Amino acid sequence: MATTTYLEAIREGLWEEMERDPNVFCIGEDIAVYGGAFKVTAGFLEHFGEKRVVDTPISESAIVGAAIGAGFIGLRPVAEMQFADFITCGFDQIVNFAAKCRYRWGAGVPIVIRAPSGGGVHGGPFHSQNPEAWFAHVPGLKVLCPATAYDAKGLIKSAIRDNDPVLFFEHKALYRRIKEDLPEQEYTVPIGKAAIYRDGTDLSIITYGAMLYEASQAAGDLAAEGYSVEIVDLRTVFPLDEETVLASVRKTARAIVLHEDTLTGGIGGEVVARITEKAFEYLDAPVVRIAAPDTPVPYSSPLEQAFLPTAAKVTAKARWLLQY
Amino acid sequence: MAAVRPMQWTPTAAAPEQDSEAGLSRRFLYYMALMREAEGRIQDKLYRQGKVLGGVYIGRGQEAIPVGAGLTTRPNDFLFPSHRDMALYFIRGVHPREVFAQYMGRAGGLTGGRDGNMHMGDMNRRISAIISALAAWIPVAAGAAMAMRYLGTSDITYAFFGDGSTSRGDWHEGVNLAAVQKAPVVLICNNNQWAYSTPLDKQMACAHVADRGPAYGIPSEIVDGNDVWAVYHATQRAADHARSGLGPYMIECKTFRMTGHSAHDPASYVPAHLFEEWARKDPIERLERLMVERGYAGRDEIDDIHAGIRQEVDEAIAWAENSPYPDPETLLDNVYETRPAGT
Repeated sequence: MATTTYLEAIREGLWEEMERDPNVFCIGEDIAVYGGAFKVTAGFLEHFGEKRVVDTPISESAIVGAAIGAGFIGLRPVAEMQFADFITCGFDQIVNFAAKCRYRWGAGVPIVIRAPSGGGVHGGPFHSQNPEAWFAHVPGLKVLCPATAYDAKGLIKSAIRDNDPVLFFEHKALYRRIKEDLPEQEYTVPIGKAAIYRDGTDLSIITYGAMLYEASQAAGDLAAEGYSVEIVDLRTVFPLDEETVLASVRKTARAIVLHEDTLTGGIGGEVVARITEKAFEYLDAPVVRIAAPDTPVPYSSPLEQAFLPTAAKVTAKARWLLQY
Repeated sequence: MAAVRPMQWTPTAAAPEQDSEAGLSRRFLYYMALMREAEGRIQDKLYRQGKVLGGVYIGRGQEAIPVGAGLTTRPNDFLFPSHRDMALYFIRGVHPREVFAQYMGRAGGLTGGRDGNMHMGDMNRRISAIISALAAWIPVAAGAAMAMRYLGTSDITYAFFGDGSTSRGDWHEGVNLAAVQKAPVVLICNNNQWAYSTPLDKQMACAHVADRGPAYGIPSEIVDGNDVWAVYHATQRAADHARSGLGPYMIECKTFRMTGHSAHDPASYVPAHLFEEWARKDPIERLERLMVERGYAGRDEIDDIHAGIRQEVDEAIAWAENSPYPDPETLLDNVYETRPAGT
């Protein structure tokens, strides 16, 4: 029986890195005494002490700025945004300070910013957003969106060891829903490498984050109809693993790019552009995007359900594409 | 960085035996006059000749602040200058050659042409590059100070900012975090009374920037920012306070911006009599008078210091003008530690 949740996987990864490297520390709102709004760092204060688990004022700009400064002095800070939506309050520190230091004056900024993102939890407009595309557009940042417990643990460890600023988006709806058996021995997952989550030959669904499970359900439904669907889990949305995406599309000749973030300006547009630029002659059909509509994330259940992409929406679009 | 680096620079006035009042006065004068001369050449000559492109923001009349504060720093302290603190770079051992090359966008500049003007830093010399959003480095200085304590050192950070910066949220978040954490930060305000064209009374409703310190529970004092000795002593008090674990300390240095906001700004919005009034309080002339009065140096020796600086600056500008422009082939380097595939 699967034993480790997505949340516990992140927590294990953080814990192991703090044990391994005394220069790793956590900083954020309500992360120490309270253990974090989602309890990712519960028990850290008791084990690692207040020097390494720092509760801050409600000041996202100061949290990110302080992480940058500590990075200058040789530490490896892991900053928590209580919700990814609040990352806007630290935006300037991330995109203008952290992202540009190495290019401007050779100062590496080895920080991780953890941010619980995503909808499906009735969080409404300010506790549900998927802001990854804003940051994927900024040279100097790396942006991770793990979907599985295995990847969440392996990628948080890689992020902490990376010498550049990394944004780590944790999907809230997966925190306790996803459970897996993880390896006993230590492992990491490389940044910038997509994974083939499911092998197939007729259609590629390229996705990441919580949409992996909608894609998976759709692939199962389509298998019953005789279609073989491949699922590419990007895992890292920047830098994009173009080779894995292109290899899959060259094999299947049809592609859907699926994400929970809203459509316009989302990661999907970039993936589609790369496919049409570099694998156009392999395509038998247009490349299709499925994403949330261009609205804020609504609160009420019927509205939120209508907003979120679902397996049913993917299946319907896939049938059309497979018969194109 | 692909920059062509000049040799490590030893300032002519940096001899450690000069720690007497007379010796320290000479060092003050050297760095203040070097900053005045270097910035004067940049704004009044190189900028007008089209050799310096983009914005030029100088600290004419405010040199006592970076110099008085800067000479209290220890080698492992980390400095976060504002855009009117050029002397801090010289005090940190940045060569004037690197500064001129920086302004001219050359490979030999401190950022190798990646950024311009005072946007320069050097990890090895423990001095950070600012970003244009003023005061963004206050939280960064707080975090660096927290890290120094984390590592068990007695190092501290120095964060410099202007009066206008104190209107920004970053400033308040950073000062508050530093205060709560008792982070060893010395906060140095260069209150030159103008933020671009906006006078102080449109910037804040309190009388002094220092009034803001007690609201965060940190000691604050006001000093005459045109008196280098006053700045020096106040900063020493602040540094002692921070180094002994008592947390941040704020100094408000009252001064005046003797130019426009930048080289293209004639500052016609500043009443002319204020320039005349503050010209009489010039920090360099004031220090020179004191040195002569107290017998620290004769007029001849002071003239020699200035002559030496002019020569040094001539040589540095010549070096910078001969420094190559950066190679466009390096455009994609150093965005990341290792360039990711597909970028």
